[in-house]
Amino acid sequence: MIEQLVLEEVLGVAMRTGGEFAEVFAEDRRNASAVLDDGRVEELTSGRDRGAGIRVVVGDTTGFAHTADLTEAGLIAAAEAAAAAARGGGGGTNIVALDRRSASRGYDIETYPGDVPKARKVELLGRANDAARAVGGAISQVSVSYGDNRRHILVANSDGLFVEDDTVRTFFAVSCVATGDAGMQTGRESVGHTIGFEMFDLYDVDQLARNAADRALTKLAARPAPSGQMPVVIGSGGGGVLFHEACGHGLEADLVAKGASVFRGRVGQQVASKGVTVVDDGTMEREWGNIAVDDEGNPAQRNVLIEDGVLTDYMWDHLRARKEGRRSSGNGRRQSYQNLPMVRMTNTYLLAGEEDPESIIASTPKGVYVKHLGGGQVNTATGDFVFGMTEAYLLEDGKITEPLREGNLIGNGPEVLQRIDALGNDFAMGPPGTCGKDGQGVPVGDGVPTLRVSSLTIGGTAA
Amino acid sequence: MSFEPPDQESADLLALAQSVAAKANAGEQVEAFVERSSYTTVRAHGGEVESFTSAVSAGIGIRVVSDHRQGFAWAGTLEADAIADALAEARDNAPFAEPDEWVGLAEPDGIVPVPFDAFDPSVASMPASQKIDLALELERMVRDGDSRITGVRVATFSDSSSRFAVATSTGIAGAGRGAWCSMSALALAEDGDETYTGGGSTVGFRPEDLDLAEAADDAVLRATRLFGAKPVPSQRVTIILEPRMAATIASLLGSTLTGERVLKGRSPFGDRIGEAIASPMLTLVDDPTDHRSYAADMFDGEGLACRRNQLVVDGVLQGFLYDSASGRRAGRPSTGSAVRGVSSTPAVGCQALAVAPGAGSFDSLLADIDTGVYLQTMTGLHSGVNLVSGDISVGIEGLMVRNGQLAEPVREVTIASTLQRMLLDIVAIGADVEWLPGGTGCPTMVIADLSLGGS
Repeated sequence: MIEQLVLEEVLGVAMRTGGEFAEVFAEDRRNASAVLDDGRVEELTSGRDRGAGIRVVVGDTTGFAHTADLTEAGLIAAAEAAAAAARGGGGGTNIVALDRRSASRGYDIETYPGDVPKARKVELLGRANDAARAVGGAISQVSVSYGDNRRHILVANSDGLFVEDDTVRTFFAVSCVATGDAGMQTGRESVGHTIGFEMFDLYDVDQLARNAADRALTKLAARPAPSGQMPVVIGSGGGGVLFHEACGHGLEADLVAKGASVFRGRVGQQVASKGVTVVDDGTMEREWGNIAVDDEGNPAQRNVLIEDGVLTDYMWDHLRARKEGRRSSGNGRRQSYQNLPMVRMTNTYLLAGEEDPESIIASTPKGVYVKHLGGGQVNTATGDFVFGMTEAYLLEDGKITEPLREGNLIGNGPEVLQRIDALGNDFAMGPPGTCGKDGQGVPVGDGVPTLRVSSLTIGGTAA
Repeated sequence: MSFEPPDQESADLLALAQSVAAKANAGEQVEAFVERSSYTTVRAHGGEVESFTSAVSAGIGIRVVSDHRQGFAWAGTLEADAIADALAEARDNAPFAEPDEWVGLAEPDGIVPVPFDAFDPSVASMPASQKIDLALELERMVRDGDSRITGVRVATFSDSSSRFAVATSTGIAGAGRGAWCSMSALALAEDGDETYTGGGSTVGFRPEDLDLAEAADDAVLRATRLFGAKPVPSQRVTIILEPRMAATIASLLGSTLTGERVLKGRSPFGDRIGEAIASPMLTLVDDPTDHRSYAADMFDGEGLACRRNQLVVDGVLQGFLYDSASGRRAGRPSTGSAVRGVSSTPAVGCQALAVAPGAGSFDSLLADIDTGVYLQTMTGLHSGVNLVSGDISVGIEGLMVRNGQLAEPVREVTIASTLQRMLLDIVAIGADVEWLPGGTGCPTMVIADLSLGGS
């Protein structure tokens, strides 16, 4: 994307006003998407974004500028702007010599979506639409979306690091509306992986569509969710967002350092029930949150955050790690070249236990079974979180009975970790997610086995 | 062309958009939407500048319509080769869409835009040192606001100056510009083993509009008044929503009133024009010609004049919002309600919602509540609201209201209802309209009979 000599020159300019660290992050991203809605392929969209963000660090201050101009002159102008914003006491010339490394993710992309004819992508939309509508006349609306993107990044910094990576992601989602006597209900199914068009060898789009339609139909008969505290069983793969929200964010070192985490100062302590192990793993092959290197050029890692209930470590980016005199954990990510990196999760999951999922359900006389959770939100300072139940059922006498209308679940991260009293042996990853933090969205994955939380608050409308 | 771009840069962008639109082949419509903006963000933390970002960004989105099929492409730059590529891609994408007789670009409708120019050059010319000083000052004010404030997660100064232009081969030509600045702070407070956060913000068309003291006081008050909060038992409650919270409800309602949702059967109010869908106290308009709104504008995303649209009057549903395509399908004119960015095609959306003022202040409405809850924060809005069914369930923090006064703090409880019921259950609307950063204008609202889920 950019010549090594140009990068060295630009980094030299960035360091000229006394910078302690400088970095060039360049990105060339192509997106393609196609949408079918209301029975019709509405449009195909192609997008191209290309540019570089340059940061210069002096003491606790970071100067940042970005440009869509990747010529030497454009990059130098951005480097000067970033350096002016973070002016140190020193000066003079800094020589930066880059050492080129390779990034590897351990598997190859088989079919680059850019090489696939547009007609084949469009054909998937029509198939899913037909399959969803075939499920029943109560399915009144179907929308289907396809997306792929290819993101080429380059990171070079004043420590001599120089690495490039090329990432391909493919996404497919079906949303259905079912209409019945009591109004409308929605159902959704989505899949996304860090692979190419071969994703459609792994999934049958007809089946994905039927899953979405079934979810909407099931909810037509749903009764209002109860309200108040009760035991909650979370289904395999359907509730990883709980741990992303309930503990993942609180283990991000930038929030910890600012005193904005309930997990501050708790490394080495028992923060969860015994048997609970939480991992953030950027190396997890083909998953939505997979990265070869993070957006600061550090290799992805498998980081154990909580082991058998004990808090082992936080997640780190370059700046926080540098301050603490340790290595980054490969969690420095950013939405695009227009953003500064910060500590972000990749694939966050809770390891399986040993119990039979059926027996977890059977041993829960009364409560709620949540098969799929929707998006969530956490206040990291208090640990209080909220997220939506997109598919949930009443548990009565140890059996899954009536479907419930949508409602929120609320709780507190540290409390929930302590209240996990059953872990199934049926681990699965969940649907692809986009994690938002300070206005930046990045792709993340999550996963859980079937598990039970002894008490959570359900926010339904039933008495 | 009936209007003059406000300055040379806007004129240049419009000329660029028109040059792309002029490349339409016979039987083809082409639209170009061009945007260029510059912005600065200063983040202060611990008495230091944590980061200073300055950047200019620009981009173009191109729609090509032929045989009632639409293709779209965009580029995050205005370089000539990227624009040519985007036009070629949009043209290549069009045949893959299935034809729809209503698809097409906007056509000039003769409505003259209401002149508006909120561009104050002092935003763009403000020295960097002044922006830094403001961010540091806000952080200091928050830290000094209360002895229990242990830190400020971040105090931010942001400004943005932007220009856009849209032109089509069907004769549309529009351009606009705007500038604003804003500041916000997120305070952290600790007492014993409890930690709370509280946010405050201020926004203005000019730097001198910023009210740092108000933002700081808000952040401090919100971070410090929840100590000792705990769940209360599940019950039916009345809630009081100050303007920023009430605006959230107004926005949810507005989202269900777009023509696109209605035509696709995804609005709970789709067949209810002329009916009372809300308390007679509620009157809601979407009016980007109201210059008090931070989202005021002359043109919508398709280059049509923005106009005042009445949505609900005295509780009765008046109509829906349309862009060109959804309007044609519904047999209605566009209401000038196309919203968009460079990287997306226009969609129907609310631009500047405003709830008409009722009577009374926050305090007087509070005094009328026997038992209820004052909502300080709502969380889980993106997961807990279903705009198709109208179901709403959110987590809240706030204070109980007892005998007309704010009482003990509550947390870890939910409130739930449906949008349909909440609108009918509005029991009071205040006179205290506040214009919020997103462009919405809203007063205090009191809503009865929600389910509170607690201990």
